[in-house]
Order: sequence, then structure tokens, then C-alpha cells
Amino acid sequence: MDIPLRDPNIVMKLSRLGSFHQSRLSFLRSFLKEFKDWDYKRDLFELNQNGFGTAVFSFKKKDRVYSLICFANELDENERSDRVIATKWDAAFTLFDGVPTKIDIERLKNEVPKQEFGRLSYKELTLSRANKSVRVFNHVVKSLSNGVQPDKELLAKVGYLYRTTAVYGSGKFGLADRFRIKDREEIYGPFRLEMMLVYLVRQFTFDQVNHVAKNRNPQKAVNLDPEICKSLGIGNSTGLGMAPFIVNHPTLLNNWIYAREVSLKKIREIKNAAITESNLFKDCLKKSIKNITSWNTESEYQIKKIKSLLKDLNQFILFLDNEFDFNQEYPFNKLYQHLEENYQEECVEYVVSMMMEPYESIVAPLIKEMSSEEDKYFNIPTERTVLELKTIIENKYSEILKINFKKKENNLNFWFISKNKEEPRLANRFDENGSNLEQPLAVARDIKKLYENLSVSKNNLTIAIFLSNNADLRHVVRRAFIVEKFPYSEIQDNTIGQEIVPIDMLRLKLSFFGALKFDPRSDKWLRICMFQGAPLPEQLKNYDEHWVYN
Amino acid sequence: MKSLSEIDTVSKRSSRAAGYSWGIAEEVGKNIKLLEIFSLPGIKNLNDFLNSKKNIKLENLNLITEENSSNNFQYCPVIAGVNFLDQIKTLENLNEIKFKNIAYPMLFLPFVSRASEIIGKRILLKLDEKEFLMNFNNCIHSNFFKKEIIKIAESVSIKILKNEDSFTENEWKELYKLSEETFVEESESLKNSGAGAGLTDND
Repeated sequence: MDIPLRDPNIVMKLSRLGSFHQSRLSFLRSFLKEFKDWDYKRDLFELNQNGFGTAVFSFKKKDRVYSLICFANELDENERSDRVIATKWDAAFTLFDGVPTKIDIERLKNEVPKQEFGRLSYKELTLSRANKSVRVFNHVVKSLSNGVQPDKELLAKVGYLYRTTAVYGSGKFGLADRFRIKDREEIYGPFRLEMMLVYLVRQFTFDQVNHVAKNRNPQKAVNLDPEICKSLGIGNSTGLGMAPFIVNHPTLLNNWIYAREVSLKKIREIKNAAITESNLFKDCLKKSIKNITSWNTESEYQIKKIKSLLKDLNQFILFLDNEFDFNQEYPFNKLYQHLEENYQEECVEYVVSMMMEPYESIVAPLIKEMSSEEDKYFNIPTERTVLELKTIIENKYSEILKINFKKKENNLNFWFISKNKEEPRLANRFDENGSNLEQPLAVARDIKKLYENLSVSKNNLTIAIFLSNNADLRHVVRRAFIVEKFPYSEIQDNTIGQEIVPIDMLRLKLSFFGALKFDPRSDKWLRICMFQGAPLPEQLKNYDEHWVYN
Repeated sequence: MKSLSEIDTVSKRSSRAAGYSWGIAEEVGKNIKLLEIFSLPGIKNLNDFLNSKKNIKLENLNLITEENSSNNFQYCPVIAGVNFLDQIKTLENLNEIKFKNIAYPMLFLPFVSRASEIIGKRILLKLDEKEFLMNFNNCIHSNFFKKEIIKIAESVSIKILKNEDSFTENEWKELYKLSEETFVEESESLKNSGAGAGLTDND
């Protein structure tokens, strides 16, 4: 049976993309799988009694070494801020390519804590900073120094000791460009080095908290129980910076979604599921419920979504246990059809992620296809005609063409880059100044304008000639030819309308990272947790790949 | 040292700020990155051009022909370059394309280099006395090595070179003969067991 890939007009709607959940394809899970055989080491740990100083952690295999260099600094309480405009943090980190010398560490000590205002070099691969969850960190130090383990309930509520507020890579602030490292097999798959940084930062937080507790009370202090460590991740505050990323990298976005869609298609095409496979699917699904019941947020929007998801999942599990027969042919296809007919899209996408759990053989080869050589698709095929481009737009943007951008509500917002730290922002064009400096992220509006201009041009005109008179539409002409080849490269929604929920765009990206427990703090930023429940570095060599649900 | 990603982004944004559309600014970003990869003075020329752009009168060359002569003003290197790139499929059969007065011609050059890749032919670009041989956008051979700003090229010529060997047939034969010394003489039994052996092709 040949199951078609899902229609991009459904999958690429923002509400659907904003319902995605982590899966086997997620970058933090594929990172752990790739690096499980590498040798982990703490190479340097020079912290003072309060936990301030320098530490280095590394992964090594044969001649290749990646070293996380950590700089922990004293921070005044009133200087601590998760906002991107902050200038100081509790700790700053960089992932170094190789083994850093003392000279490297000295150089980086002056640059890394400055973050966006520092200068990195081609030897550094990623850059980040993090702030303590002061309440949790202090509680853990106090407990451990008194010889007792911390309150698990409090830890479960927050889920981490530190949260990062940005992770940079790919040439930012002088970091190594991707071309220098892209041919390394261990980093096929997007954001692998960013994931490594976050993972090693997590270990740093455990070692630091143990160190501070030990110094506070050397006689009595105990180390944080490894099982508790495992239950903690790294938090992350994420703002709108991620939203333009997915618009600005269309082929990369396509490859992420395409991998997910091909996985689903292949799973739906399985004629007979082995009992071990169906049991693993059900087991992961049932265990995963605890990730939902322990999902804390004050966001009304998210609380509503969680309630609905939980209700749907409980109902779906009852259906699985009491009504569904896995011995029938094409069981996952039947399940998928049942989901689409009966449940909200949040639940549908949640179960789609779960369906991948038993099928390593389907998912693993797709992970290597999730990067993109974007420059390959940059040139516009200008020898093609107006008629061809019009046809592409009619086929690939049919929903977009229905939007009336003359209506205020469909043209309400504009994306811009703020002077403060060059961060992307979204604002109401009728209330705020600056819409003349709008970023080219209103793809739907500009595609519609392109279509209108094409419609009054001669059909046999070449795109070369069309562009010589329509230079203002060049950016969307490029996109339209990309979407012709990459069906999931474009969000099929209006990114400047009144109805936009920007965190849907963040959710999409974060789900591919492997984040859990999305906690929207407004419609424009959210907190998440990464690596919660993940094996510790010493446990990597023999870990359970389904750790997310344990 | 600035990364290529920073060079791309800043070139793109500054070009947009100077009045180019986003789509053209994206082209400039990629081009300046390319120039810097080839060790040519991209940022230097772009910076000077964008800063002086409002003080010089530029003409937009939209349709490229064999002879392109600006009547009053210098040609804008970006617009001329974009259109050269876009129209390369119709221009590739011309023997030579000439331009008079292109401002900041280093900014025109990467469009020609990219055009070389698109048509799969080498292109020889002459900016007055400076020569640049574009090799499919993989590398550029040149007699110009200075990291300097070129404000104008009065005479620009582009020759799209035919895909021809750079060696004589005799040189090829000699080399081929030598390569044959890696082959083994076949015995009758080996001949009889080769692909297609023992069958008649007429059945």
C-alpha cells in the first residue's frame, strides 16, 4: 500500500506546526545516540568555594575532541535577567574545537562572558550563557551541605538548576562557519554541536552544585543523587529569535518536516506490526503521560492545550486497550486515520511522534538527511517563464492566495530587528514606528503580490525579464522556486496577521530540538526544558533510547 | 577575524539599508562572501560603494546586450550584475559582451563568477587592464592581487570561453599511452569469460 505524504497545506499550518512534539528525530536524542561511544572527561575544574571559576569538559573519539569551556562568574541579584538585552550571566560557555591551551582559555575568559559583545574565533564552535534558577540552586546547595537530598517535588516543578537564554553557532560573533566542520560525520544532523554544549552545561551544573555544597560543609555534605541529576535538565528561555530562523532557512525547514512526514508514511505503510513493536509503542505512549501531568505552566493558552491533550490521550489509550486490534493489516495507518477523525491536532502530532519509537530502522537513516546545503538552491532559474511561476504559486500557495491583505487584520504586524542586540521582534504596524524597515518575513503577503504582478505579465516572459522590472519581489520569486522542489519549505499561513501566535513558530523548532514542557510566558516567548531524564555522561555507553518516557 | 556568516549578513543588511530590495540584498550578501573566500576585497569595495552611492549618479542597466554603453552616468554594479546573472542563458552565445563605465566593478565580478557556474563555461572578465578568469565559481585566476578599492572600470569586457581542452591531442595521446601500462594483456580464456562472451547478439 502506498500512503501519500501528508499535504503541506495541512502540515505547514502554524497551528499544526505549533502542536509538534519531540520524537526520535529530535536533535538532542540523535546527538546522544551519535556520541554515546565517545569518551567523556572532566578535564579542568578550578572553581572557588562559591563555585566561581573555570571548568572544561570534553568528548573524545580517536583524534577528535570537543571541549566545553565554562566560566562561572559572581552575579549581583539585580543584574540577573533572562532577557536577551542582559549583559551579565551566572555562567558563560563555549564549545571549543579540540583541546584548549592555557592561552586559549585566557583569551576566552575575556571574550565568552561578554557573549554578543565578545569576539570568538574559528576554533570555537558554539557559544552560550545561562542563569541559575536561584531558588532551586540555593535549595539544592543547602540540602546537600546538610547531608540530605533536596525536595524532589520542588525540583520536579522547575526541572533544572540553570536555564540558558541563547545558544549561538554557525559563524555568529566570529565562531567557526559551518563550512569548516560540515563534513564531519558525527555532526551530520542539525544543531548537533549546540546540543552537545547544552548537554555538557547540564553536567557542569551538577558538578558545580556538588562543589559548592561540599565547600560549605566539607564534613557533612553529600553529592546530588545521580537519579535526581538524571531527572533534571537544562532550562531555556526562548524569544522570537527562533521564528525568523525557520522562515530564513526554507530548505532546512523542509528537510526537518520531510523526515517526519516520510517516517509517518513508512510507518503507516507497515502491513503487519510485530507484537514487540506495538507493545513498545503502547508502552512509550502510556509512560509519556507523566511528562504531561508534570507539565507546569501558568499560561492559560498552554493549560487549555495540555488539558485537551491529556483528555484526548486518555481517551485514545482506552481505545487502544479496549477496541483496537493490532493484528489487523496496516494497523498504524488505521490508527492514524482514527486520530485525524477523532482528536485535536495536538494529540494527533503527539501520537505521530510516539509511532516512531519502535522504528529505529525507519527513522535513523532520515536523521542524516535533516541538514541542508542551502546555497545550492539560492540561484533563481531565470530562464523559466511567468506561466510556470504562476502555476507553481497556484499549486503550492493555494491557501495563501485566498488571504485578503487589504484587510487591516491580515496586514496588522511587521517583523523587525531591534537595535538592542539585533534581535527579531514583531510589532503592530499601525501603532509602532519602523514598519519601513520591515524584514522580509511577510512571505504570504509578498507571494500574493507576486502572483498579482505575474497575472498582469505576459505568460511567455522569462523570469529574468520579469525580475528586471520587479526587483522588490526577488526574495519571494526565489522562495517559490524552492517550494517547487521542497514541499515543506514554507509555512502555509500568514505570519503578519492579527491571529498569529508567534510561539507556534518557536514550538515547531523546539520540538525538533527535543524540548519538553513548553511554558509560554507570553505569546512571544517561552521557557522549555531540555535533556530532562537523559542519561548522564557516564551512563551513555549503555543507555535506554526511550529515556524520555522513563 | 569575521566569519563568512557575519560577512554575508552585514553585507545583506547594509545593501538593504542603502536602498536595494531584500532579494537583491541577499544576492549582494552571497557575493561579498564569495569575494572574501577568493581573497578579493569585497567588504572594502562594498563599504566604499554604499557610502558614496548617494553622491554618485548611477544608471541601472536592466537589459544586457553585446554593447552596453552608459550615456551619462556610471552603471550600478549591483543592478548590472543581477541582470547579467539573470540573463546569462540568453547571453552565453554572444562572443563578447562589452560595458562602458561600471562603478565599483569588483561588486559586478561575483555575478560573473556565479554565471560561469550556471552555464558550465569559463568566463574571462577584463576590467580595464585587470583580468579575471572565472572557473565555474570554484576559483578565479587573476593578475590583480591588490586589496584596493576600484571605483570605476571604464572598459569592461566579458568573453564566455568555449569548453575546450587546454592541451593538444598529441599530449593527450602520449599521456593515454602511458596510462595503458596499468592494463593487463588478456588471455584467450579470459576473453571467453568476459561479459557477452559466447552469445550471439543476433538471436
